[in-house]
Amino acid sequence: MQTWNYVEYGAWALSALFGILMVVDWIKTDSTYSEEVLTSSREGELEAMTEQHKN
Amino acid sequence: MTNFDITSSKIDGMGPHGTNVGLLRVLGPAHVWALGVGIVLVGEYMGWNFAVGKGGAYAALIACWFAGILYTCVAMIDSEVTSTVAAAGGQYTQAKHIVGPLMAFNVGLYLVFAYTMLEAANAITAGYLFSVVATMNGFQGALDQRPFIIMCIMFLAWLNYRGVLATLTFNLVITAIAFIAIIVLFLGTSGVFGGGIMQHASLMEGAASLPYGWIGVLAAMHFGLWYYLGIEGTTQAAEEVRSPARALPFGTLAGIMTLLIAATLTWYVSTGVLPWEFLGDGVNGSVAPLFDTARLSGSNALIWLLGFGTLFATLASANGCINDASRAWFAMGRDKYLPGWFGAVHPKYRTPYRAIVFLVPIALIFALGAPLDQVITFSILSGLLEYTFMPLNIIMFRKKWPLDSIKRGYEHPFHPLPAYTLLALCAITFFAVFLGYGTQLVAMIGFYIVVSLWFHFWRYRFVNRGAQFTMPWPKPKGY
Repeated sequence: MQTWNYVEYGAWALSALFGILMVVDWIKTDSTYSEEVLTSSREGELEAMTEQHKN
Repeated sequence: MTNFDITSSKIDGMGPHGTNVGLLRVLGPAHVWALGVGIVLVGEYMGWNFAVGKGGAYAALIACWFAGILYTCVAMIDSEVTSTVAAAGGQYTQAKHIVGPLMAFNVGLYLVFAYTMLEAANAITAGYLFSVVATMNGFQGALDQRPFIIMCIMFLAWLNYRGVLATLTFNLVITAIAFIAIIVLFLGTSGVFGGGIMQHASLMEGAASLPYGWIGVLAAMHFGLWYYLGIEGTTQAAEEVRSPARALPFGTLAGIMTLLIAATLTWYVSTGVLPWEFLGDGVNGSVAPLFDTARLSGSNALIWLLGFGTLFATLASANGCINDASRAWFAMGRDKYLPGWFGAVHPKYRTPYRAIVFLVPIALIFALGAPLDQVITFSILSGLLEYTFMPLNIIMFRKKWPLDSIKRGYEHPFHPLPAYTLLALCAITFFAVFLGYGTQLVAMIGFYIVVSLWFHFWRYRFVNRGAQFTMPWPKPKGY
């Protein structure tokens, strides 16, 4: 077994880790927020909360 | 003139339509530059040299110039239109507002295919680079490239999922290093500071100057696109830049200038040390010409720098492609051109997270199951169809909304000359692609005809027709 074989296993493990992190967060987000909130974005629109017009 | 002024620093001109969670406006011109140049620069590190194989070194230089003109037109046209249509989706959104739904649907698919295929090609290349490094480090046997291909896609998708600012700041750093590496290679090998190794005269004399004549020059246009393919991706950041009217034209035009410099330097140093027969064979000859040039320089520092430059350029391109493909997919979902489920934004990270995750397995299928040249050819063809749409788009835009009706962040000069030039160069490039990949070209056009019929006769009934136009523009002239 050479070093690069371990690197291969490391790459498999990291791939799985990043995949799991995304999927777990995705499921958590979808179950926490309503579909109306998640899909409320409208084209080119600035959010009222972040865009404060001074004048 | 309408009251709407996109260049205003006080108002954005967009009324509240009920957005609770939207994309985050955090990017500046440097991020736009990093997105555009980051996607493209890998084409300087590898790929452009197939143009040398088609027609020799001079043919690759002529292709570099003409493709440079083509993309300068693309950058100018894009800068004007997208500084006005400041929304995610880029050319898809432009087509929706200016041409119509069917064109928008097609352009959206061109974008997603072009970027997802390019992402897959970059991941394949990254896997190959890891195997080269392993071999150089004395690894015996063949390294399994699959885990590195998958890791590349998963890591970059995760980064994109977590937020656009970190994603494009990462791109800015690695793209800048990759660009600086090209300049350092030029300074170290050209003889500007003495000790040059360039041999242009002996490598390009006689039959080597234009080995296949002028038809070779024409054929070289196909791969001449590689010098710049993807700069139009800057428009996908339109909904996430702090100042669309300033950042998009600035970042895009600075990007094409950077690429013109990088492409010229790349051609100069590579053709100065590598024989055209070796340079032009990107499979069994010079896979990474800049890295090969560094190896011939005999400098370990240059070898390391260009080695990292190659890897960074590959990662930056894949990263930008994930960003752009997901924005296009998200925008189509938001307008119900695709299921509205894809139009979701992550409430914490403020990214189109469903679009990002959905495109991961598609990229993996192409990266693990399709040959590299086919993947890249489909990416180029999708890009070419998109460039053909742009001149029609800008001509219609100027006719429907003349300069005195909507204020632009940038007005491109000499209209309609750039539009007609772009159209002519696209026609030439289509012919060049047809010479080498006629079957794929016909198959690709057939595919888009089929999906267009599907959209027209089925999908369009679900499109949210009233809500898809939120730009506070005046009525088009003549309507």
